[in-house]
Amino acid sequence: MKLSRLAAVPLRQFYLYRGSAARVLPLFAWVTIDIVLWGFMTKFLSGMTHTQYRFVPALLGAVLFWDFMSRVMYGVSTSFFEDVWSRNFLNVFASPITIPEYIGGLLVSSVATSLIALVVMVVVATLAFGLSFAAYGVMLAPFVLILFLFGMALGIAAIAIVLRMGPAAEWFVWPIPALLAPFAAVYYPLATLPAPMQWLARLLPASYVFEGMRTVVAGRHFNSAMLSTAFALAIVYILLAYWFFARVFRYAVQTGLIARYSAETIS
Amino acid sequence: MGTAEREPVLRVKGLRKDYGAVQAVKDIAFDVCPNEIVGLLGLNGAGKTTTISMILGVLEPTAGSIHIGGVDLARHRSRALACTNFAAVYAPLPGNLTVYQNLRVFALLYGVKNFKARVEIVLESFDLKKFRNVKCGVLSSGEQTRVGLAKAMLNHPRILLLDEPTASIDPASARDIRNTLRTFARHSQVGVLWTSHNMYEVEEVCDRVLFLSRGEIILQGDPKSLPSQYGKPTLEELFISVAREPLDWRADS
Repeated sequence: MKLSRLAAVPLRQFYLYRGSAARVLPLFAWVTIDIVLWGFMTKFLSGMTHTQYRFVPALLGAVLFWDFMSRVMYGVSTSFFEDVWSRNFLNVFASPITIPEYIGGLLVSSVATSLIALVVMVVVATLAFGLSFAAYGVMLAPFVLILFLFGMALGIAAIAIVLRMGPAAEWFVWPIPALLAPFAAVYYPLATLPAPMQWLARLLPASYVFEGMRTVVAGRHFNSAMLSTAFALAIVYILLAYWFFARVFRYAVQTGLIARYSAETIS
Repeated sequence: MGTAEREPVLRVKGLRKDYGAVQAVKDIAFDVCPNEIVGLLGLNGAGKTTTISMILGVLEPTAGSIHIGGVDLARHRSRALACTNFAAVYAPLPGNLTVYQNLRVFALLYGVKNFKARVEIVLESFDLKKFRNVKCGVLSSGEQTRVGLAKAMLNHPRILLLDEPTASIDPASARDIRNTLRTFARHSQVGVLWTSHNMYEVEEVCDRVLFLSRGEIILQGDPKSLPSQYGKPTLEELFISVAREPLDWRADS
C-alpha cells in the first residue's frame, strides 16, 4: 500500500470542501438541527415525566451517537459520489491506485468530515442542553469506536451498491440510517421491539451500543461480552463490505462497467 | 540503438474481448517500442477504445496478455499502470478542481516524485500556467484537452495512450500539441499508442499504423509508404477502402 496514492483521495476532498460552502454546511447543519430538536424533546420529556430517568444522556446522547455513525457512512459514500458526479472513474481506476488504497482514502476523508460533525454536535449538546459525556464513563471510547467501524462498513457496502447499480442508485444510500434506526434501538430499549425485530437488532453492532449506553446511564454494569460481540460484529461487517466492494469492482472491470459507468448497465 | 532499448514498452498478445456472443476484439497482437508512435486506426466501433480500455486495466480481457514495460498487467496491475498514462476526450479531469489541484491529485495517484517541480514542467509544456488556478470546468474543450495531456505526462509514462487527443482542438493548437507529443516521444523512452480519425495527423505523427476492423488488425505498416503499397493516393483513401471492404484486406485473405 502506497500512502501517497491513498492521500490523493482525501486531498481531492479537501480541495472540494475548501472551495464550497454547499459541501461544508451539510457536514454540521443537519446534525445540529437534529441535536436542537431532540434537545428540546428531552427537556420536554424530563419535565413531563418527573422520573429519575436521565433523558439527556440516554436519549440526546443516543441521537448524537447515531448521527455520528450516519456521518461516518455518508463521509465514505459522499467522497465516492464526488467521483461519480464528476465522471472521474476512468481517470482514477486507470491509475495505479489499488482497491485497499482507494477505500483507505475514502475512510480517511470520512474520519475528517465525521469528526467535524461530532465536534459541532458535542458543543451544541453540551452548551445548550447540558449533555455530559462523564455519564458514559470509560465505555465512551468503545461505544464511539464500534459505531465508527459500523458506519465505515455501511459506507463501503453503500458505494458497492452504487458501483454495481449505477449513479441513480445513490438514492438507496441516503435512507440507510433511517431504515436501520428502528432495529438499532436508538431511541428505546431493545425489549420494546417484538421478538423477530429483536433477533434482527442483535445482528447490528449499534443495538448493543445503545443498549449499553442506557445500561451505563442507569448506573448498571454493562456486560463486556456484549461489548465484544458488538466489536466483533462491526469488524465482520467491515470485512464483508470490503469483500462485497472488491467483488463488484471485479465485475465492473470484467464487464466494462467502469469505462461506461454513465450508461448504468452494460447490457 | 541497442537491443535492450528496443524491447517493447507495450506487448499485446492474443488479446480478445467477448461481450456474450459478440467478439469486440479478436485475438490481436502488437508491440509498441520506445520512441515509437503507433497509430491505431479504424471505424467507430472497430475495437480501438475496447483495446485501450484493456491496456488501461479498466476492462478485463477474455483472453490474451498485456505486458507494460515487461510487467504483466493481469498479475501486477498497479505496477504496470504506474508506467502507463492516457488522455481521451471522453475522460476529462474533474471540472470542479483547478488545473493545479487536478495535476497535484493525479501526481499523487501516479506516485510522481518531486511532484511540485513536475507539475510546473507540464504546466509550462502545455501552456497552462495562466490557467493554473482556473477550474477545469470553465476551460474551453481545447484547453481541457491540454490539461488532460499534461496529466498524461506527469509520471513519465513508458506507454502513453492517446485516444483522439486533438479531436476538439483548433488546427494551430493541434499542430503545437502534435509537436510537443512528438518531441516527448523522441526524447524519452516512451512509446505512444495514438488513435485518430485525422489521417493527415496520423501520417505526420505516426511511425507505424494498425488498421483495426471488427476487432481484428487487418493491415499494418508505415503510414507514409502504405498507401502507395496498396495503390492508393493517400492514407485517407486507404482507410476508406479498408473500412468499406474489410474482408478484402484481411492479412490472411
